[in-house]
Amino acid sequence: MHMADALLSPAVGGALWAGTLGTIILSAKKLSAKMDDKLIPLMGVLGAFIFAGQMINFTIPGTGSSGHIGGGMLLAILLGPYPAFLVIASVLMIQALFFADGGLLALGANIWNLGIYPCFIAYPLIYRALVGHSKSPKMITLASILSVVVALQLGALSVVLETKLSGITELPLSTFLALMQPIHLAIGLIEGFVTAGVVIYVRSLRPDIVEDLEGVKSVAAGGSIKKVFIGMAILAVITGGAFSWFASAHPDGLEWSIEKIYGKPEVPVQENPIRENLSKLQEKTAILPDYALPSKGGEENAENPPAPWPAVDPGTSLSGIIGGLMVLALIILFGFGIKLMNRNKAKM
Amino acid sequence: MKFETEFFNIGYLDTLSYRDTFVHRLDPRIKITVSFIFILFVVSFPKYELSALIPFFLYPVFLLSVGNIPFNAIAKKILFVSPFAVFIGMFNPLLDTNILLAPFGVPVTGGWVSFLSILVKFILTVSTALLLIAITSFPGICEALERLKLPKVFVLQLLFLYRYLFVLLDVALRMLRAREARSFGKKGKEIKTFIKLISVLLVRSVERAERIYQAMLSRGFNGEIRVLKRHTLRVSDLLFGVAAVALFYFFRRVDVVNFLGETVSGYLR
Repeated sequence: MHMADALLSPAVGGALWAGTLGTIILSAKKLSAKMDDKLIPLMGVLGAFIFAGQMINFTIPGTGSSGHIGGGMLLAILLGPYPAFLVIASVLMIQALFFADGGLLALGANIWNLGIYPCFIAYPLIYRALVGHSKSPKMITLASILSVVVALQLGALSVVLETKLSGITELPLSTFLALMQPIHLAIGLIEGFVTAGVVIYVRSLRPDIVEDLEGVKSVAAGGSIKKVFIGMAILAVITGGAFSWFASAHPDGLEWSIEKIYGKPEVPVQENPIRENLSKLQEKTAILPDYALPSKGGEENAENPPAPWPAVDPGTSLSGIIGGLMVLALIILFGFGIKLMNRNKAKM
Repeated sequence: MKFETEFFNIGYLDTLSYRDTFVHRLDPRIKITVSFIFILFVVSFPKYELSALIPFFLYPVFLLSVGNIPFNAIAKKILFVSPFAVFIGMFNPLLDTNILLAPFGVPVTGGWVSFLSILVKFILTVSTALLLIAITSFPGICEALERLKLPKVFVLQLLFLYRYLFVLLDVALRMLRAREARSFGKKGKEIKTFIKLISVLLVRSVERAERIYQAMLSRGFNGEIRVLKRHTLRVSDLLFGVAAVALFYFFRRVDVVNFLGETVSGYLR
C-alpha cells in the first residue's frame, strides 16, 4: 500500500513531508537527550533485520499465496516509539531509493502512514496500555493483533484520504474505502499474529535479550507523546496551507505580472506566425488551471452525460500529439548523443 | 529466485553509484534538492495534463545518459515496481467517460487522459528516484542529509542500516536456502515455522549489533563517524542546480509541446 508520487498533489505531499520531517527531528531530539551509544548500532541493525526478514516468505493460511512481514509494530514493541519511528523512516527511505517504492515525494506520506500510527498511536495507546509489564502470551497476542489492525486501518485510511485530497483519482470515496480497508484488515490480522509470535518466541528463546531491550527502551522513553502530536499537526497544517496558497496563487502569476508590466493583458502584436502561436499559447496556459474543474464522472453522470467539456477541438489535440512526439524524439536523441559521446571518449 | 535477484539489485545500483561522471561528481545536496524540486514540478500539473509533461523527460534522460547508466537497469525496475499507482489510476477510464479530446476523429475520454497522465508522472518520478541513487552513493546521500541539517542520530543509524543490510540479507538468504533444501513444495512455509525463522534471525541480528558495538568501542567510537571524502559546493554544482530549476520552471510555465506542434502544423498547412 505504498503511496506513489503520481497520485499526490504538491500540497498533500508537502504537508505530509513536513509532518514527517518534524516527527523525525523531534524523535531524534528525544533520543539524543539521554541516549545509550549502544542504541545507534542496534537501530541500524534492526532496520537491516526488517529488510532481511522481508526476504523470508510464508504461506498465508487459506489462500495459498505468500506474504512477508511488514515489521513496523514489531519495531515499535522492541525499541519503543521514538527509535522505532526513525528506523521505520530509514527502511522506507531505502525502499523508496532502491526499489522505487512510491518515490521521493510520497516518501513523506509513506513514513507517515506506516510509521506514525504504529509508533505513536497503536503502541502507546493499545499495546503498552494492554500489556504493561505482563508476560502473558495471551495478552501479548491480543494486544499485538489489535494494535497492528488499528495501525494498518489508519494507514490504509490515510492512503485513501491522501489520494482523494490530491484529486487525481476518479474513484468515489466509498468504493475506494471498500477496496482498501477489508484487505488491510486481513493483512493486519496475520501481521499481528506473526508479530505476537515473534515477541513471545524471542522471549522464550533469549529472555536476556528482551530484558536488555527493555532497559534500552526505558532510557529512550520519557516525555509526553502529546507534544509530538501537537507539533506534527501544526507543521502539517502550516505547510498544507502554504502549499495550497502557492498552488492557487501561482497559475495566474505570469499573467498578473504581464498585466503589471504592460498595463493591459495583451501585448502589442505583429503579424507573425510564431507571435500568433505565442499568444495562443498564453491563452492556453491561462486556461490550463481550470482544466481540472468539470468532468466528474460517477454514477449520475453516466446516465445523462453532460455537454462535452472542454469543447472538443481536433486541432488542439493534434498539435499536442505532434509536438509531444517531437519533443520526446528530441530528448531521446539528446540522450543517445551523450551516450555516443561517452562511448567514443571511452574508446580513445 | 525473486528474492535473490532483488537482493542482487541493491548491490547493482550500489556499484553503479561509484562511477565517475559529471553527474556522479555533483554535490549530493544539489542532486537531492534538484530531484525533489523536479518531482514537485511534475506533480503540480493538473490531472488532465499530458503533453506539457513530456519535456520533463529531459531530466531523467540527462541523468541516465551523462551518468552512463544502462537504460535496461532502470527500465526493468520501473516495470516491476509496485503497481499501486497503476492500480488506482486504472479506475479513471472506467469512471470518467467525458470526451476530452478527439485526435483524428477518435474520441478520447477524460479518464484515459488522466490515467495516461498518472502513468507519465509515475515513470518520471520513479525513474528520478532510481537514478538519484544510481548516480549518488548511499554514504554520499547520508552525508548530504546530515549537512541538510537532518538529526545526526537519524543519519548515523541510517548509515548502519545500509552497511548491515548486505550482511543480514546474506544471513536471511542462507536461512531461506536451508529451508528450501529441507522441505518440499509448500512445506516449511507455514506461519509457525516462519515465526521461528524470523525470531532466530532477530536474535542473530541483536547479537550482531552487540558485537558491532563492542568492536566500535574498542576502536574509539564516540558517537561520530568520520568520512574521508567530503563534498564541497563548487560553482558547477550551483550552476547545474540553478539551470535545472530554471528549465523546470520554463517547462511548467510555457507549453513547449503545443507551441512546437502548432508551429509545425501551421507550416504544414
